[in-house]
Amino acid sequence: MRENLLSRTAAMLVMAVCTVYFLVPVWWLFVGATKSSEQFTGTGALWFADFRLFDNIGDLLAYRDGVFLRWMANSLAYTCGAALLGTLLAAMCGYALAKYRFRGREVLFNVVLSGVLVPATALALPLFLMFSKIDATNTFWAVFLPSLVNPFGVYLARVYASSSVPDELLEAARIDGSGEVRTFFKVSTKLMFPALVTIFLFHFVAVWNNFLLPLIMLSNERLFPVTLGLFTWNTQVNQLPQLRGLVIVGSLLSITPLVVAFLLLQRFWRSGLGAGAVK
Amino acid sequence: MIDTIAPAAAPVTRKAARPPRGGGPGRSVPFFVVPFGVLFLLFYLLPIGYAIVQSLYVVRRTGTFGPATEVFGGLTQYRQVFADGPFWQSVLRVFAFGVVQVPIMLGLALVLALLLDSGLVTGKRFFRLAFFVPYAIPGVVAAIMWGFLYSPSLSPLKPVTSAVDLLSADLVLWSMANVVTWVYVGYNMLIIYSALLAIPAEVYEAARLDGAGQFRIAWSIKIPLVMPALVLTTVFSIIGTLQLLAEPQVFRSFSSAVTSTYTPNLTVYSTSSIPNFHLAAAFSVVLALTTFVLSFAFLRVTQRRGAL
Repeated sequence: MRENLLSRTAAMLVMAVCTVYFLVPVWWLFVGATKSSEQFTGTGALWFADFRLFDNIGDLLAYRDGVFLRWMANSLAYTCGAALLGTLLAAMCGYALAKYRFRGREVLFNVVLSGVLVPATALALPLFLMFSKIDATNTFWAVFLPSLVNPFGVYLARVYASSSVPDELLEAARIDGSGEVRTFFKVSTKLMFPALVTIFLFHFVAVWNNFLLPLIMLSNERLFPVTLGLFTWNTQVNQLPQLRGLVIVGSLLSITPLVVAFLLLQRFWRSGLGAGAVK
Repeated sequence: MIDTIAPAAAPVTRKAARPPRGGGPGRSVPFFVVPFGVLFLLFYLLPIGYAIVQSLYVVRRTGTFGPATEVFGGLTQYRQVFADGPFWQSVLRVFAFGVVQVPIMLGLALVLALLLDSGLVTGKRFFRLAFFVPYAIPGVVAAIMWGFLYSPSLSPLKPVTSAVDLLSADLVLWSMANVVTWVYVGYNMLIIYSALLAIPAEVYEAARLDGAGQFRIAWSIKIPLVMPALVLTTVFSIIGTLQLLAEPQVFRSFSSAVTSTYTPNLTVYSTSSIPNFHLAAAFSVVLALTTFVLSFAFLRVTQRRGAL
């Protein structure tokens, strides 16, 4: 048993060190966001001075007619919209690939699968050129529409559909006279639900993180997602030092929705990840 | 869109429900497939084709101030791509980055997943969540945070940053490697951990009866069984590495060592903002092709060795 205690201690030690590594930067950001700019440089970086978080948030939201709020709203619109719709489309396509046999099925699947290996950033420039042909760069749609496509989601949906939707059930629904589309929405999506949440969350993160496409596509700052907005502020910090505080508070606010979403939905994505790992 | 999505998944081999019949269930296939198909065509396949076409053109001017016309130039742009020293330097740079950073990141993820699965750790739920938090932080924001942490004047790491300049030309690449590792370890850990959870308990029983310890079980049973998850996370890490953009782009504000051609994607971006779209398109095509070939080759090699 002594050896067991030893390995237990060693394991916990590794976990503790890693927890410090992963969480201290986030803690630092939180503490930094509560300070005035003099205290930010003048006091210990990992503990509070005067708690000015709400004043700082007020300053942030007031800056340039609340452009930051606008960015947050944009990010939510780009990501929620694209992830919801994109998950539905990927689920439908993956479901069909798993549950129906039709002409061109293998070709379609292989093309989509190769799409997984094409880096999304390689598409950003040609997309820009295409959208500029129809004078549609610098619009909401120029960022939104390309964000809908998630080939890996199709692949996952296919895996999940074949593992969680039994053919017998579809057969039974058919005998009961339920149409295919109705069966999909009423029966299959329920069985695939944890998987769909997983696809949704990962799609959400991918779009929320997407940087090159808006960077290339957008010049009107009213259309920026929050990541691009914070990036442009950060590049100006050397000329306008007061922006530094805004970047810190803004960074904190920008990561809050995702962290909260992951915490609230963990029950789903945990089981979804598991489902994906089972053959 | 796909660079960060990768729960482990085994290839599907199950047969589809039934063969098509005139008015049978197959009739509704277009309803399911067409919406995604159209968008995939418009925003995935078409841009690839368009990039290839654009990369074959050159801009000609008559005299210095004459009107610019686009004429077919064949492989002119590609000749320029292959002669472009900084571009290939940036390719080598991300290779070096990947060769060092990907094994460290995945190694750490594997160790943490095995520890979580070993029964030696109490508070699994907490650790799983804590390690996953950085994944919810966008690359741009993570890079901004670490950029501040690396800056000698602001950092709580002052004892370190005042002795070593983490933003110097020698070290800044590895400082960025740390940012990427920090963001993605937890995510990769979860994928490997899910694969571990999927292993039925009976598998370990025989090994235990034979007197194999935790370490032996991890090495000889668990790691081989989670190989597909490791292969998948490696492929996505390779793709991610070649695409490095947000971190170096942000670090340009913190360190003058990061140039406008520091990574291949930065080269694409700065070439397109000159603007020289045709050359940038050629860069994009070469980069996409390199990525595709590398990840495909990796998949083939590991499959041949029986890992999948």
